[in-house]
Amino acid sequence: MIDQIKSRRRMLTGAATALSAAGVFALFDRPSFGAAVSGKKAGNASQDVQLLNAALSLENEGIAAYQIGAESKLLKPDVLKVAITFQGHHKQHRDDLIAAIKRLGGTPVTTKPVPEYAKELNAASLKDQTGVLRLALKLERGATNAYLGLIPSLDQSGLYVLAARTAADESFHAAVLGQVLGDAIPEKAPMFG
Amino acid sequence: MRIQSFRYVMLLQLAALIIATASAAPVPPQPPPVLQKAPPPGNSVRGADIYEAKCGACHSLDANRIGPKHRNVFGHKSGSVPGFHYSAALKKLNVVWNAQTLDRWLRNPTAMAPGTAMGFRLSNGQERADVIAYLKQQAQK
Repeated sequence: MIDQIKSRRRMLTGAATALSAAGVFALFDRPSFGAAVSGKKAGNASQDVQLLNAALSLENEGIAAYQIGAESKLLKPDVLKVAITFQGHHKQHRDDLIAAIKRLGGTPVTTKPVPEYAKELNAASLKDQTGVLRLALKLERGATNAYLGLIPSLDQSGLYVLAARTAADESFHAAVLGQVLGDAIPEKAPMFG
Repeated sequence: MRIQSFRYVMLLQLAALIIATASAAPVPPQPPPVLQKAPPPGNSVRGADIYEAKCGACHSLDANRIGPKHRNVFGHKSGSVPGFHYSAALKKLNVVWNAQTLDRWLRNPTAMAPGTAMGFRLSNGQERADVIAYLKQQAQK
């Protein structure tokens, strides 16, 4: 009986040693192992900073667009409440992007005055709630696609999740706005990307 | 009993070694790259919808926003839209935007101009052709 126990111990110890070695070799063989451990990948971080700054500009514009909508007096109170909530999401995206850019050693771009965004977005043409929501829908839909289309260009694999989860938030906004506007549910999938 | 246990140990260690060897195996040689096909014919009507849905987050025809305005960009030199602050990569790119250069650009902008701020890739060849047809149409107005 004692021999059996010793034998089992030896067996388990040997197997564990062999499996651990196998696991370690398998991990080191993966090029992303270093990245997973350090959060960095040997590559072009400055390129990622450029791309994230473009995304930050997108978020800054989105925040301004909701501000323009909120101050337009064209939104009904319940819709205004939703718009302000969505603007809050964009502020969180902005903060996430700023943190990521700083982690990469970059300098985040600054926002512009709201009237500049208003001019660029032709906000003077907005005459009613539907117009404001159509603009918001266009920007949210575009932002979803922008984030999804950005992912293959990112060098740091840790940023894929940031881009993907932000895209998911934007698509949620687009879905709600489409619902409020009474748009038909798209029949074809994929709807984005 | 000891012999049986020893066999188990040996079998387990052998299995582990096979897994380790398989994981560490070199990547098999890749086939030679396939020559790029000519872009398919584009449809500017479809292109208008795709442009709004996939380019419209950053671009407009008549306003510089996150990216430069696009009216008349087709047929013009890269990095030449007045009033837009280009990255250093775009300033030195030096191409004329036509069907071929735009197709390369939209397929993978960071490969064409490393350091660009545009990371968005339009991976579908037909969609690229449609957007290019739309941009060409907007340059003729």
